[in-house]
Amino acid sequence: MVGGGGPSPDVSSPRGGPGDPRVPRPGGDPRSRILGGRDRSARNVWIAVASTVIFFGVAAIVIVRSPGWPELKASFFDPAEFRYSLPKILSKFVRNVAIFCIAEVFVLLLALLLAVMRSLVGPVFTPLRILSAAYTDVFRGMPTILVIFLLGYGMPSLNLQGIPDSEFFWAIVALVLVYSAYVAEVYRAGIQAVHPSQVAAARSLGLSRWQSMRHVVLPQAVRSVIPPLLNDFIGLQKDSALVAFLGIIEAFQQATIIQQSDFNFTPFVALALVYIVITIPQARAVDRLIARDQRRRQAAAM
Amino acid sequence: MTESVRITGLHKSFGDLEVLKGIDLVVDTHQVVCLIGASGSGKSTLLRCINLLEPIDAGTIEIDGVAITSGSVDVNAVRRRIGIVFQAFNLFPHMTILRNVALAPEKVLGRSHREAEAQARELLERFGLGDKAEDYPDRLSGGQQQRVAIVRALAMQPDILLLDEVTSALDPVLVAEVLDAIRELADAGMTMVVATHEMGFARDVANDVAFLHEGRILEEGPPDRIFREPQDPETKRFLDRIIAAGRMEGLDVSGGS
Repeated sequence: MVGGGGPSPDVSSPRGGPGDPRVPRPGGDPRSRILGGRDRSARNVWIAVASTVIFFGVAAIVIVRSPGWPELKASFFDPAEFRYSLPKILSKFVRNVAIFCIAEVFVLLLALLLAVMRSLVGPVFTPLRILSAAYTDVFRGMPTILVIFLLGYGMPSLNLQGIPDSEFFWAIVALVLVYSAYVAEVYRAGIQAVHPSQVAAARSLGLSRWQSMRHVVLPQAVRSVIPPLLNDFIGLQKDSALVAFLGIIEAFQQATIIQQSDFNFTPFVALALVYIVITIPQARAVDRLIARDQRRRQAAAM
Repeated sequence: MTESVRITGLHKSFGDLEVLKGIDLVVDTHQVVCLIGASGSGKSTLLRCINLLEPIDAGTIEIDGVAITSGSVDVNAVRRRIGIVFQAFNLFPHMTILRNVALAPEKVLGRSHREAEAQARELLERFGLGDKAEDYPDRLSGGQQQRVAIVRALAMQPDILLLDEVTSALDPVLVAEVLDAIRELADAGMTMVVATHEMGFARDVANDVAFLHEGRILEEGPPDRIFREPQDPETKRFLDRIIAAGRMEGLDVSGGS
């Protein structure tokens, strides 16, 4: 429902490409053919504004006039509760940031290793390929919360010498293991998307398999998968709330504590806002990257 | 004159399709051999086999008297000595022209970064591409990209250069600049095997022309003989079709060199 994005391409598209009017715009408004001429953009802006105002206006009126609204408003949108809980939640959200930042670094590395292992050619590397495929199958197949439980409760209780016993550590490990499986598949798609002729060119110059991978395939593969990679990272950031179930006092746990003492759900709304505020810029960055790639591809095709 | 490449009884199949059915070919040092023939006759596959990009099914390929098709050979070392240029350029799109050319000398020959780039600049300069060094491949015309691909292969200082229909993907107006570059290499004594549809070029530059038809070399000899007095009926038919398509201007009129 946050998707005011619906009408917005309409607003920007007439300005988007005055230089290349022949380029067909995917999802382009079919009305644009009917509304010819210069006033097309002005009319489109008007239509977009009007439809947006009407749509959200009607939705707001319906919600506010519903019989349960006053009660819901009191328990979910209490301004005083919001002011009270937000700073507390934010101070614990620092832990979430730490968790997902650390996890993201290791996810990038482990996933790349898995993807390269899976992409190795030749019978010698069969065990590595099997290992990588099995890893992906296992960790993509399990709900994240299960992996967090299994590691978070299981590993510390082993009482092994030399391995950390903090839930915080194992929560990060669990997130890394699960998200590496996803990101490895993203990388692998990128590696496979690099045309075989690029490898032929590299190998014909005498570069070894590994050098071709390192200098020719991977740089192109990684570049092309940055948008889906960022998508997975947004997922990881949200899943950092799951570590609350190990008893780690992070933002979600903090919100739960306040909710249980005050019998008010506003802290959850506050936390939801925090998540939205940090993920929206990333989502827009993904959009921009995809748009840039598309422009590049169109330019290359001409 | 010494032999550079000797191919004996080369067979190559892709699945059930036998693409090369017993190729014998000798290329002497400093000679240019042009492979002509219709698309699908096996020219590209032959070149890819010489560069070990395709494993062969039977036969031998020797470079300077050493069989490179035996299992024990160091594939990377062989490729270092044999350059290949592809129809589709295959430049690395994420690197500047300079990096495209300097990459292999640096990583494979172990040259220093500075040395490799200096040599790359020199070569680019020689082929009229000096001002493109910092550009990315997609900024260049097809002809320029193909010349970069040639320069990139030359930067490895190969003993033999294989050219796989290097002008087939180019606009007609861009063909000349690439052919001129190849002519210059031929004049400089580069040993080359060139698969081409440019018959005028083959006639001018080749020491030897080999006509491939359905995976076999049906006829081979000096260009004057092949183009003026083809012996095999298939060669005649092929050349007639080429003339009819207007791809061999000047061949009959000027009457050879």
